[in-house]
Amino acid sequence: MLRLEKRPNPSQAWGYLAPILAVITTMIGGGVMFALLGKDPFEAIRTIFYDPLFSEFAWYYRPQLLIKGAPLILIAIGLSMGFRAGIWNIGAEGQYIIGAICGAGAALSVYPLDSVFIFPVMILFGAIGGFAWAMIPAILKTKFGTNEILVSLMLVYVAEQLLASMSLGLMKNPEGFGFPGSRNLQQYASAHNAELWTGTAIHMGVVFALISVIFAYIMLARHQMGFHIRLTGESPKAAKFAGVNPNKLVIYCLGFSGALAGLAGMFEVAGPSGQISIDFNVGYGFTAIIVAFLGRLNPFGIMLAGLLMALTYIGGEIAQSSLGLPSAAIQALQGMLLFFLLALDMLTNFKIKLAKAEVRI
Amino acid sequence: MKLKSILASAALAMTAATGTLAETTKVGFVYVGPVGDGGWTYEHDKGREAVVAAFGDKVETMYVESVPEGPDAERVMTDMALKGADLIFTTSFGYMDQTINVAAKFPNVKFEHATGYKQSDNVSIYSARFYEGRAVQGHIAGHMTKSNIVGYIGSFPIPEVIRGINAAYIHAKAVNPDVQFKIIWAYTWFDPTKEADAAKVLIEQGADVVLQHTDSTAPQAAAQAAGNVITFGQASDMAAYGPKPRVSSIIDNWGPYYIARTQAVMDGTWASTSTWDGIGAGMVGIGEITSAVPADVKASAEALRDSLADGSYHAFTGPLNKQDGSVWLKAGETAADYAGPEGLAEMGFYLEGIDSEVPN
Repeated sequence: MLRLEKRPNPSQAWGYLAPILAVITTMIGGGVMFALLGKDPFEAIRTIFYDPLFSEFAWYYRPQLLIKGAPLILIAIGLSMGFRAGIWNIGAEGQYIIGAICGAGAALSVYPLDSVFIFPVMILFGAIGGFAWAMIPAILKTKFGTNEILVSLMLVYVAEQLLASMSLGLMKNPEGFGFPGSRNLQQYASAHNAELWTGTAIHMGVVFALISVIFAYIMLARHQMGFHIRLTGESPKAAKFAGVNPNKLVIYCLGFSGALAGLAGMFEVAGPSGQISIDFNVGYGFTAIIVAFLGRLNPFGIMLAGLLMALTYIGGEIAQSSLGLPSAAIQALQGMLLFFLLALDMLTNFKIKLAKAEVRI
Repeated sequence: MKLKSILASAALAMTAATGTLAETTKVGFVYVGPVGDGGWTYEHDKGREAVVAAFGDKVETMYVESVPEGPDAERVMTDMALKGADLIFTTSFGYMDQTINVAAKFPNVKFEHATGYKQSDNVSIYSARFYEGRAVQGHIAGHMTKSNIVGYIGSFPIPEVIRGINAAYIHAKAVNPDVQFKIIWAYTWFDPTKEADAAKVLIEQGADVVLQHTDSTAPQAAAQAAGNVITFGQASDMAAYGPKPRVSSIIDNWGPYYIARTQAVMDGTWASTSTWDGIGAGMVGIGEITSAVPADVKASAEALRDSLADGSYHAFTGPLNKQDGSVWLKAGETAADYAGPEGLAEMGFYLEGIDSEVPN
């Protein structure tokens, strides 16, 4: 019989090995699933994981990884702070939407004014929007002790309704023949979050994602707030003795993640997406939760995890169009990734032992 | 000498290969929902299957389902164009700007965008006059309702949906002056839970006919559970719910159009066009009117359908007033497709008698 034995200390080796093994087991599990669907498993896995990086059209796919990965990384970095301290912001999707609405609103309210100040102001509004939306669960938690998981999640649906209302009402393109959706910010030069270098797909959001990774790393390693976050996560009691103010930490973690999610939404609406529309949000806020854990809540890990998730999306689309795989199979593959990671994570804290037959008296 | 002949035959083989390649036309489809949604995307995919059935080996189709409207759609289209697609159908309104963007990068690839309004040299637009089908539904609803309350599940208050409500209402009222419409906005195209809830609320408010402009079969199931309520299939026939509650349906029939456009690409005659076809061209189908509808109502509904099909009757024929009582169409006048806010394409107002307001 197999038996689990708790390790005295979490295994560092397994901490690094688990994500890599999770990717490999996902490839195997996914391959089996594709084979059951009647597709060549090797071709499917190659199409998803290899083609976006090294195939004939990789010159197009590689920059797309940044477009898809940047919002995931930006949001996940914010979430990871709270997750480390046991503060669960599940509503990044809502903060992402509000950031986009505020950022786009700032630009649309002055349209067609031409000024270099518009874009910086949009960035500010995007961050403030996401921050403010995250403050609702934060203040409710610190003042009334509500559960931030529920409140932040429910606020996603409120944000979605607000988004629909904006697309159909206040922000509707007056030249859009009555159809829903705002003006396209890609056609408004002062507000457009354009590529910084042609063909690289690197826009301001990608730059911010990179900055956030470095910022988070430095803060966790060097700053007192980072120390408080780590301490609270590892030992809440010790944190109390060390004088950590839990309410301040809640405000800080939710505010930081909200602001980053808001920024991600703003960069998306001003750049790759271009307009406020009913279906503007595509689930980055939820996928980022997976990215945060896949990246071990470590800033550089999150960066790699974000790019890996982006890879499965892009490779998944290629596999759909060239191999006829259903989109549900791709989603199942992404689910497997999280499942295997959580399963293998156990090995960080537990050892598998062969139990000896015990003699009963 | 030997090498030369090998090279020559290789070259020959190459041209033969590219020759056969050129003969296969690659057609891509970008779908907003899953192909199994039983409604909108399902019917577009049936259109794709019709293309395969019509051309066999001469055509190669590819599709990607559940593509979000935004940068993902742009990437999927670009991917298809890079893979050598000759013709790409983008089947949701929200793909409009992305289609235009990608089309500008691939001038040799033809694009067809459904339900939008932006055209270019290599982007055609196409849509169907679903409101003609709504007129037939309104006619049947007006006859069939006992409570004189007709429930209507709207998706989003956009011209397409508002046109449908107006067309259904005026044709219900024409046969039943006491009829009232109760409208609920679901703010979704496809969400079985929300749609079922909307249907239940309408039925509780006394509606014994439920019309839906959302794509799932959930309202059909809710009506079936409630008992004496009739419904109409939307986008797809939904015949499984017949003969009652589903008494008829509007069927999106894209096959003939997709075949014609693929043929045009093969013949090299493809040109950018704007198509808005109705029952007459076969783009809008009226599903079988079941035995739950009395024979005389069925006959008059079919007569209405036929008059819309042959063009002898327009679904919006005056005299018609707007909700605020101002004149929209004078007696005998028919609505123009494109006339700014007064035209059908941009219709944003209710007609006189609808006791509700277009949400803002």
